[in-house]
Amino acid sequence: MNIQDMVNVLHAKVLCGQDRLETKVYTACCSDLMSDVLAFVNEKTVLITGLTNAHVLRTADMLDLKCLVFARGKIPGDDLLEQADEQGLVVITTPATAFTACGLLYEAGLRGVPIEWPESEARL
Amino acid sequence: MSNTLLHAEYPVEAEDYTCAGEASADIKRKLKQLGVSANVLRRVAVASYEVELNLVIHSEGGVLSLEVTPDRVRLISKDRGPGIPDLDLAMREGWSTASETARSLGFGAGMGLPNMKRNADEFDIKSKVGEGTTIQMGFLLA
Repeated sequence: MNIQDMVNVLHAKVLCGQDRLETKVYTACCSDLMSDVLAFVNEKTVLITGLTNAHVLRTADMLDLKCLVFARGKIPGDDLLEQADEQGLVVITTPATAFTACGLLYEAGLRGVPIEWPESEARL
Repeated sequence: MSNTLLHAEYPVEAEDYTCAGEASADIKRKLKQLGVSANVLRRVAVASYEVELNLVIHSEGGVLSLEVTPDRVRLISKDRGPGIPDLDLAMREGWSTASETARSLGFGAGMGLPNMKRNADEFDIKSKVGEGTTIQMGFLLA
Protein backbone atom coordinates (compact mmCIF):
# COMPACT_ATOMS: atom_id res chain seq x y z
CA MET A 1 0.00 0.00 0.00
CA ASN A 2 1.00 3.61 -0.24
CA ILE A 3 0.58 6.44 2.23
CA GLN A 4 -2.65 7.62 0.58
CA ASP A 5 -4.15 4.16 1.25
CA MET A 6 -3.13 4.51 4.90
CA VAL A 7 -4.75 7.94 5.08
CA ASN A 8 -7.99 6.43 3.78
CA VAL A 9 -7.91 3.42 6.11
CA LEU A 10 -7.13 5.52 9.19
CA HIS A 11 -9.41 8.47 8.32
CA ALA A 12 -6.26 10.44 8.86
CA LYS A 13 -5.38 14.04 8.26
CA VAL A 14 -2.17 14.88 6.40
CA LEU A 15 -0.07 17.35 8.42
CA CYS A 16 2.85 17.59 6.01
CA GLY A 17 4.15 15.97 2.86
CA GLN A 18 0.88 16.17 0.91
CA ASP A 19 2.86 15.79 -2.34
CA ARG A 20 4.47 12.53 -1.22
CA LEU A 21 1.38 10.41 -0.54
CA GLU A 22 2.23 8.03 -3.38
CA THR A 23 5.26 6.78 -1.41
CA LYS A 24 5.03 3.03 -0.89
CA VAL A 25 4.87 1.58 2.61
CA TYR A 26 6.08 -1.95 3.17
CA THR A 27 6.00 -2.60 6.91
CA ALA A 28 4.92 -0.89 10.13
CA CYS A 29 6.11 -0.50 13.69
CA CYS A 30 4.15 0.90 16.62
CA SER A 31 6.08 2.16 19.60
CA ASP A 32 6.65 5.07 21.91
CA LEU A 33 10.06 3.72 22.77
CA MET A 34 12.51 5.28 20.35
CA SER A 35 15.25 2.90 21.49
CA ASP A 36 13.14 0.00 20.27
CA VAL A 37 12.42 1.82 17.03
CA LEU A 38 16.15 2.40 16.52
CA ALA A 39 16.77 -1.28 17.13
CA PHE A 40 14.22 -2.77 14.80
CA VAL A 41 13.04 -0.43 12.12
CA ASN A 42 14.23 0.10 8.55
CA GLU A 43 13.60 2.88 6.08
CA LYS A 44 10.67 1.17 4.40
CA THR A 45 8.74 1.17 7.63
CA VAL A 46 6.03 3.51 8.81
CA LEU A 47 6.12 4.45 12.49
CA ILE A 48 2.91 4.70 14.46
CA THR A 49 3.44 6.50 17.74
CA GLY A 50 1.87 8.63 20.42
CA LEU A 51 5.09 10.50 21.07
CA THR A 52 5.21 13.93 19.43
CA ASN A 53 8.56 15.36 20.55
CA ALA A 54 11.68 16.28 18.59
CA HIS A 55 13.26 12.88 19.24
CA VAL A 56 10.67 11.15 17.10
CA LEU A 57 11.89 13.29 14.21
CA ARG A 58 15.53 12.69 15.07
CA THR A 59 14.88 8.95 15.18
CA ALA A 60 13.06 9.13 11.86
CA ASP A 61 15.98 11.09 10.42
CA MET A 62 18.56 8.55 11.58
CA LEU A 63 16.55 5.72 10.01
CA ASP A 64 15.49 7.57 6.84
CA LEU A 65 11.84 6.86 7.60
CA LYS A 66 9.29 8.16 5.12
CA CYS A 67 6.13 8.39 7.20
CA LEU A 68 5.02 9.04 10.77
CA VAL A 69 1.52 8.36 12.04
CA PHE A 70 0.43 10.09 15.22
CA ALA A 71 -2.32 8.21 17.01
CA ARG A 72 -5.24 9.51 19.07
CA GLY A 73 -5.44 12.73 17.07
CA LYS A 74 -2.13 14.06 18.34
CA ILE A 75 -0.63 16.96 16.44
CA PRO A 76 2.96 18.10 17.00
CA GLY A 77 3.96 21.76 17.06
CA ASP A 78 4.44 23.76 13.86
CA ASP A 79 8.21 23.82 14.37
CA LEU A 80 8.31 20.04 14.35
CA LEU A 81 6.13 19.85 11.28
CA GLU A 82 8.39 22.29 9.46
CA GLN A 83 11.39 20.16 10.35
CA ALA A 84 9.56 17.00 9.27
CA ASP A 85 8.79 18.60 5.93
CA GLU A 86 12.47 19.51 5.50
CA GLN A 87 13.37 15.89 6.23
CA GLY A 88 11.01 14.78 3.47
CA LEU A 89 8.67 13.02 5.88
CA VAL A 90 4.95 12.57 5.46
CA VAL A 91 3.24 13.15 8.80
CA ILE A 92 -0.36 12.12 9.34
CA THR A 93 -2.62 12.08 12.39
CA THR A 94 -5.46 9.66 12.98
CA PRO A 95 -8.29 9.90 15.52
CA ALA A 96 -7.79 6.16 16.19
CA THR A 97 -5.82 4.95 19.20
CA ALA A 98 -2.48 3.31 18.42
CA PHE A 99 -4.03 -0.14 19.01
CA THR A 100 -6.94 0.50 16.66
CA ALA A 101 -4.73 2.15 14.05
CA CYS A 102 -2.53 -0.96 14.00
CA GLY A 103 -5.60 -3.19 13.72
CA LEU A 104 -7.01 -1.23 10.82
CA LEU A 105 -3.68 -1.26 8.96
CA TYR A 106 -3.17 -4.96 9.61
CA GLU A 107 -6.66 -5.67 8.29
CA ALA A 108 -5.79 -3.67 5.20
CA GLY A 109 -2.79 -5.93 4.58
CA LEU A 110 0.12 -4.09 6.20
CA ARG A 111 2.44 -6.23 8.33
CA GLY A 112 4.93 -5.59 11.11
CA VAL A 113 8.57 -4.99 10.41
CA PRO A 114 10.31 -8.39 10.54
CA ILE A 115 12.31 -8.78 13.73
CA GLU A 116 14.91 -11.48 13.95
CA TRP A 117 16.31 -10.31 17.21
CA PRO A 118 16.06 -11.50 19.85
CA GLU A 119 13.40 -13.88 18.59
CA SER A 120 11.55 -14.06 15.30
CA GLU A 121 7.83 -13.31 15.21
CA ALA A 122 7.47 -15.80 12.36
CA ARG A 123 6.71 -18.64 14.76
CA LEU A 124 3.58 -16.93 16.10
CA MET B 1 47.21 10.03 10.72
CA SER B 2 47.79 10.98 7.14
CA ASN B 3 45.09 8.71 5.74
CA THR B 4 42.33 10.29 7.82
CA LEU B 5 39.67 11.62 5.47
CA LEU B 6 37.61 13.29 8.14
CA HIS B 7 37.87 14.00 11.82
CA ALA B 8 35.33 15.79 13.97
CA GLU B 9 34.67 16.14 17.68
CA TYR B 10 31.37 16.94 19.33
CA PRO B 11 31.17 17.88 23.01
CA VAL B 12 27.96 16.45 24.51
CA GLU B 13 26.57 17.88 27.74
CA ALA B 14 24.84 15.83 30.42
CA GLU B 15 21.05 16.12 30.46
CA ASP B 16 20.94 18.45 27.47
CA TYR B 17 17.90 16.81 25.91
CA THR B 18 17.24 19.75 23.59
CA CYS B 19 20.47 19.37 21.66
CA ALA B 20 20.60 15.57 21.93
CA GLY B 21 20.89 14.18 18.43
CA GLU B 22 22.48 17.23 16.82
CA ALA B 23 25.93 15.65 16.72
CA SER B 24 24.52 12.48 15.14
CA ALA B 25 22.58 14.48 12.56
CA ASP B 26 25.80 16.29 11.63
CA ILE B 27 27.77 13.04 11.49
CA LYS B 28 25.17 11.53 9.18
CA ARG B 29 25.24 14.63 6.95
CA LYS B 30 29.06 14.57 6.73
CA LEU B 31 29.19 10.86 5.91
CA LYS B 32 26.52 11.25 3.28
CA GLN B 33 28.59 14.00 1.65
CA LEU B 34 31.54 11.61 1.61
CA GLY B 35 29.43 9.13 -0.31
CA VAL B 36 29.23 6.44 2.39
CA SER B 37 26.77 3.69 1.36
CA ALA B 38 23.19 3.81 2.66
CA ASN B 39 23.60 0.62 4.70
CA VAL B 40 26.70 1.82 6.56
CA LEU B 41 25.24 5.31 6.88
CA ARG B 42 22.13 4.01 8.62
CA ARG B 43 24.09 1.75 10.98
CA VAL B 44 26.47 4.57 11.92
CA ALA B 45 23.54 6.96 12.39
CA VAL B 46 21.67 4.60 14.72
CA ALA B 47 24.77 3.74 16.76
CA SER B 48 25.83 7.37 16.91
CA TYR B 49 22.41 8.54 18.06
CA GLU B 50 22.30 5.83 20.73
CA VAL B 51 25.76 6.66 22.04
CA GLU B 52 25.04 10.40 21.97
CA LEU B 53 21.85 9.83 23.95
CA ASN B 54 23.75 7.68 26.42
CA LEU B 55 26.13 10.59 27.00
CA VAL B 56 23.14 12.89 27.62
CA ILE B 57 21.15 10.45 29.75
CA HIS B 58 23.82 8.65 31.77
CA SER B 59 27.12 10.51 31.73
CA GLU B 60 28.47 13.64 33.35
CA GLY B 61 29.25 14.91 29.87
CA GLY B 62 31.77 13.83 27.29
CA VAL B 63 32.94 13.95 23.72
CA LEU B 64 31.78 12.05 20.68
CA SER B 65 34.45 11.75 17.98
CA LEU B 66 34.18 10.76 14.36
CA GLU B 67 37.09 9.55 12.30
CA VAL B 68 36.88 8.36 8.73
CA THR B 69 39.71 6.52 7.00
CA PRO B 70 39.52 4.83 3.59
CA ASP B 71 38.61 1.48 5.17
CA ARG B 72 36.33 2.42 8.08
CA VAL B 73 34.25 4.89 10.02
CA ARG B 74 35.18 5.09 13.66
CA LEU B 75 33.02 6.52 16.45
CA ILE B 76 34.53 7.10 19.86
CA SER B 77 32.53 8.20 22.89
CA LYS B 78 34.52 9.24 25.91
CA ASP B 79 32.80 10.56 29.03
CA ARG B 80 33.86 12.09 32.32
CA GLY B 81 31.99 9.61 34.50
CA PRO B 82 30.38 8.18 36.49
CA GLY B 83 31.39 4.81 34.99
CA ILE B 84 29.40 1.59 34.77
CA PRO B 85 29.70 -0.78 37.77
CA ASP B 86 28.52 -3.92 35.95
CA LEU B 87 29.19 -4.00 32.21
CA ASP B 88 27.55 -7.38 31.64
CA LEU B 89 24.33 -6.08 33.14
CA ALA B 90 24.55 -2.84 31.14
CA MET B 91 24.91 -4.82 27.91
CA ARG B 92 21.76 -6.82 28.63
CA GLU B 93 18.71 -5.94 26.54
CA GLY B 94 16.02 -4.31 28.62
CA TRP B 95 18.32 -3.29 31.46
CA SER B 96 18.21 0.44 32.04
CA THR B 97 18.97 2.97 34.74
CA ALA B 98 17.59 5.91 32.73
CA SER B 99 15.80 8.74 34.53
CA GLU B 100 12.09 9.45 34.29
CA THR B 101 12.91 12.44 32.06
CA ALA B 102 14.71 10.19 29.58
CA ARG B 103 11.88 7.66 29.68
CA SER B 104 9.24 10.31 29.10
CA LEU B 105 11.06 11.26 25.90
CA GLY B 106 10.96 7.71 24.60
CA PHE B 107 14.32 6.43 25.80
CA GLY B 108 15.61 4.18 28.53
CA ALA B 109 14.29 0.94 27.04
CA GLY B 110 17.60 -0.71 27.76
CA MET B 111 18.38 -1.20 24.08
CA GLY B 112 21.12 1.40 23.65
CA LEU B 113 24.33 -0.58 24.22
CA PRO B 114 23.08 -3.84 22.62
CA ASN B 115 21.84 -1.80 19.68
CA MET B 116 25.25 -0.14 19.21
CA LYS B 117 26.98 -3.51 19.32
CA ARG B 118 24.52 -4.93 16.82
CA ASN B 119 24.99 -2.10 14.33
CA ALA B 120 28.76 -1.74 14.54
CA ASP B 121 31.23 -4.14 12.92
CA GLU B 122 33.63 -3.58 15.81
CA PHE B 123 32.56 -2.70 19.33
CA ASP B 124 34.56 -2.16 22.47
CA ILE B 125 33.50 -0.71 25.79
CA LYS B 126 35.71 0.08 28.76
CA SER B 127 34.45 1.57 31.96
CA LYS B 128 35.77 2.39 35.38
CA VAL B 129 33.59 3.70 38.20
CA GLY B 130 34.76 7.14 39.24
CA GLU B 131 36.61 7.69 35.97
CA GLY B 132 34.28 7.15 33.05
CA THR B 133 33.34 5.09 30.05
CA THR B 134 34.90 4.84 26.59
CA ILE B 135 33.06 3.19 23.73
CA GLN B 136 34.78 2.56 20.41
CA MET B 137 32.88 1.45 17.34
CA GLY B 138 34.14 0.65 13.86
CA PHE B 139 32.13 0.37 10.65
CA LEU B 140 33.87 -1.23 7.69
CA LEU B 141 33.72 0.55 4.36
CA ALA B 142 34.45 -2.50 2.24
